[in-house]
Amino acid sequence: MSPPTPQLAPELAASEAEAVASAEAEPQDSPAAPSDSPEASAAPQGREAEGGEAFDPETLRGRGVVLIPAYNEEQCLGEVLDRIRAACPFDVVIVDDGSVDATARVARQHGAIVLRHPFNMGYGAALQTGYKYAAQLDYEVLVQIDADGQHDPSYIVPLARRILDGHSDACVGSRFLLGEGYIPPFARRLGMVLFGKIASVVTHRRVTDPTSGYQALSRRVFRFFKSDLFPADYPDADVLILLYRAGFRAEEIPVAMRASVTGQSMHGGILRPMFYVFKMLLSICVTLLREPPDPERIPH
Amino acid sequence: MPLQQRFLIFGVAVVLMVAIFELVRKRRLREEYAWLWLLGGTTILIATFVPMEGLQAVANLMGSSNPPAAIFFLGFCATTFLCLQFSVRLSRMTEQIKNLGQKVSLLEASLEEARDESSD
Repeated sequence: MSPPTPQLAPELAASEAEAVASAEAEPQDSPAAPSDSPEASAAPQGREAEGGEAFDPETLRGRGVVLIPAYNEEQCLGEVLDRIRAACPFDVVIVDDGSVDATARVARQHGAIVLRHPFNMGYGAALQTGYKYAAQLDYEVLVQIDADGQHDPSYIVPLARRILDGHSDACVGSRFLLGEGYIPPFARRLGMVLFGKIASVVTHRRVTDPTSGYQALSRRVFRFFKSDLFPADYPDADVLILLYRAGFRAEEIPVAMRASVTGQSMHGGILRPMFYVFKMLLSICVTLLREPPDPERIPH
Repeated sequence: MPLQQRFLIFGVAVVLMVAIFELVRKRRLREEYAWLWLLGGTTILIATFVPMEGLQAVANLMGSSNPPAAIFFLGFCATTFLCLQFSVRLSRMTEQIKNLGQKVSLLEASLEEARDESSD
């Protein structure tokens, strides 16, 4: 199925998001719904049909940027970029994190702006490069999305509009609020539940998907993330806590996700997940022990 | 401490000191990193000349009846401190390298954009 046209992607009303947020948070036992399936990609259009206000995403042109950190993603990057182009009018920036394949070439062929790291520096560093770029060009909103096709681009506009309409400073797409989609492996789910609980307790709001990389950030937030306070290895639940401590408003809205097309995860193997859990717990602890940061006084 | 042990420790300390000086001379080790190693080597050298009573007093101070064990413990502490110091420096350099890498990416993108504009 072709991706949804920009004209059809509506805003997700705040009341609706809150209503869904109170729904079942745990992973559902429904079968995986590919993001190009009617169930997944048609979700935003469906909401408009149910009575949401009509909205022309073209009015957003030039106001936002879509950030895609990529490492050896030539396989599915082209398709992801085409779907993003069809779903939103934002500029698209690929941060090629030292790929050894044709990731940068594929990105350029599909009209994306490419920022190439001279060597591999990790997911967080790639994100931060994108934040620095967005701050340099003074975009109003930044939406980050994975390069592996896991995230459905038709949610870019709903995520961005939550920021542009002033509902929040950071809007996270949660795969568990929609009650459908793919089920992550058990170990990963366990980590999600653990860090979700910790983040929920600390931030005094329900966090259902602390590991989601599908996020929209306001200009103030990505400027704040330019600083060395941003964890440049695995930004995750610790970032949600950092945002809360810095006084930013964060929220979740439901999005559709599917399993990575490449089937690879940066938390794969045996030692890496263990290190990830250790690092995340340490990072959360030190974030809580530090003085709450003042975004206006952060040296960049 | 038996004389044999003293000679062994003295020999190790001398080799260490010479190696450090040689590395600094060949610019393979910066002076800022060498001073801690030199401090460690000098301490070991001095320790070999301290009479047994002195070593025994240090060991007693640490609650040990065995002077060599006490000295090795002190050496272990010094090595741990060195490792920690290097980890701190490594962390700072990792951050600096990351920032530099990011700056290179952004500058490269600006350069390409300028090239594209000038060619249009």
